[in-house]
Amino acid sequence: MDIATFVQVLDSTLRLATPLLFACLAGLISERAGVFDIGLEGKMLVAAFMAAAIAFVSGNVWIGVAAAVGVSVLMSLVHGVAAITFRGNQLISGVAINFLAAGITVVIAQNWFRQGGRTPSLSGEARMAPIDLPFAAALRDVPVIGPVYHGILSGHAPLVYVAFLCVPATWYLLFRTRFGLRLRAVGENPAAVDTAGVSVIGLRFAAVALCGVLCGLAGAYLSTGLSAGFVKDMTAGRGFIALAAMIFAKWRPWQAMGAVLLFGLLEAVANRFQNIDIFGVAVPVQAMQALPYILTVVILAGFVGKAIPPRAGGAAYVKEH
Amino acid sequence: MSAGGRIPNWADVTLVPLVSVVLAFILSGILIWAIGESPWAAVKLMVEGAFGSSYGWGYTLYYATNFIFTGLAVAVAFQARLFNIGGEGQALLGGLGVALVCLYIPWPHWSLALLAACAGAAAFGALWALIPGYLQARRGSHIVITTIMFNFIAASLLGYVLVNVLRPQGSQDPSSPRFAAEVALPKLHEMLALVGIPFSRVPPVNISLLIAVGMCFAVWFLLWRTRLGYQIRAFGESEPAAEYAGISPARITIYVMLISGALAGLMAVNSVMGEQQRLVLNAVEGAGFIGIAVALMGRNHPFGVFLAAILFGFLYQGGAELALWTSIPRELIVVIQALVILFTGALDNMVRIPIARLFALRGAR
Repeated sequence: MDIATFVQVLDSTLRLATPLLFACLAGLISERAGVFDIGLEGKMLVAAFMAAAIAFVSGNVWIGVAAAVGVSVLMSLVHGVAAITFRGNQLISGVAINFLAAGITVVIAQNWFRQGGRTPSLSGEARMAPIDLPFAAALRDVPVIGPVYHGILSGHAPLVYVAFLCVPATWYLLFRTRFGLRLRAVGENPAAVDTAGVSVIGLRFAAVALCGVLCGLAGAYLSTGLSAGFVKDMTAGRGFIALAAMIFAKWRPWQAMGAVLLFGLLEAVANRFQNIDIFGVAVPVQAMQALPYILTVVILAGFVGKAIPPRAGGAAYVKEH
Repeated sequence: MSAGGRIPNWADVTLVPLVSVVLAFILSGILIWAIGESPWAAVKLMVEGAFGSSYGWGYTLYYATNFIFTGLAVAVAFQARLFNIGGEGQALLGGLGVALVCLYIPWPHWSLALLAACAGAAAFGALWALIPGYLQARRGSHIVITTIMFNFIAASLLGYVLVNVLRPQGSQDPSSPRFAAEVALPKLHEMLALVGIPFSRVPPVNISLLIAVGMCFAVWFLLWRTRLGYQIRAFGESEPAAEYAGISPARITIYVMLISGALAGLMAVNSVMGEQQRLVLNAVEGAGFIGIAVALMGRNHPFGVFLAAILFGFLYQGGAELALWTSIPRELIVVIQALVILFTGALDNMVRIPIARLFALRGAR
């Protein structure tokens, strides 16, 4: 592999890791508050559709992003009402949201644009333009720094940088603020939070709404940054890879970044090469695609450091009377 | 349930799912109306398309056969409070089992091939469920997450096998060669012709329908008439109580997942051997997931699963007709399916509490 290919693969790793990172942090915040969310995929999908549709109609990608966040938050509130208010099964609610998204995006897209369940291709202002980091052009020919700074780090859509800034932000929110302490407490021992006079329901809804915002950004980047328009089922399991990354990172933000970069790299390599030779053994492309899932099962099985979810995760809180 | 008092059992198994389905249908009707079509015309088209002819009935029953298998798979696991989302992957692997049995053994007669294919499908499906089951039982890995992961791993595995192993030389299509004519299953019209009933020759509904109905009885017998079934239900009601009574949670978890995976795998006998006659990449087409809706609506009882599977068979066939004659895409059915899952599974209490209040009012009077 020559340097140029290497730089290209790492460059596309960052792009592919971005939706995963948003969705992974979204799931992390929700599950830290004790609300399981396997509906990340569905929220990303409706957001991707909404972003592309509204960006196309309005001609402004940022209006599309705002609409994507809005519809994604709406979907999380449905999950919240089912899981928190009516104390329904959180996993089943997540499954329902995934199907709802898979169906309704195509029904509406077909009715709206009549292109077989896709939106028209986005161009110009309706697409998220890449931005150059300062001095990227000037540093271009400097050895080592040039390829890394100009080739890999610079020239991505703004949401890519937002995603990576969300990592320290999430860490700070969860581990350095009062809100974060309470949010984590509500995922471990909601009764204690309730006894302290803080609303369990309120905290959980806040976490679910934050999760919706991040899923909205993930979907918006997918359809306006990574590709130029929405196509049916375009999330293609990314919500579940994000879920896998969250478990892989054991519900911690910095490790989540590491996990999505690893999974993004796997996807970039699988996209670029069909079969890879490692020490003379041909690794089929399907093995690369399955690797994130296999790694997650291995981590869950506890063969390499056990992943233990927040203790009150998945259970609705019933107040004592 | 906690709020609003208790509901009589008959209302719990009939009224609650019915109200949920009606709510799902009303919302879907609003969606159809919102995209500028007539909900009433859509319902008429669907009912005529699914039940108006033996052609329609044939497709409805063919889809229903798939959904009975996957619905039973989810229902058995639910009885033990295990949520098996892996029906899709288990059915994919079941398809591989069917294909291997049909491709590599020269069967003299379809009946022998059918027995072997059932065994192959059940064994491969059970094997694919065994790993998550074992990990849940022995390592405490959350079965929902592992079964989701195993769906994706199954898809990759099948892609590899089809492209690199089963694909005939020179073919671009990632699918296995066609099965021999000897292993073609008798279709429903051939079986009905024996008793003199005319039936459309086109739909792929076949003898697997009888196997599916037989499985409903078998699962009912297992759950309510055997020691293992009692243990499964006791474990589902209360794990500590079951353990106290000497029931091993690990053993029950593994057994339940084996049974569930085998049932999901059996679906492939209908789709792979009964219809496609070869193994293709997306042989399951989401039927594994529909099993979740079917089990929830059928209240995890084989008879309920049977009825719910017919309902979803109707939705699938009716939805196909709808897509053919109107501008409403097939994905409308996915929306209805999602709403059914939402109302019967997650928003259960939203429906149950008002019904319980009504009964409390009546009781007070």
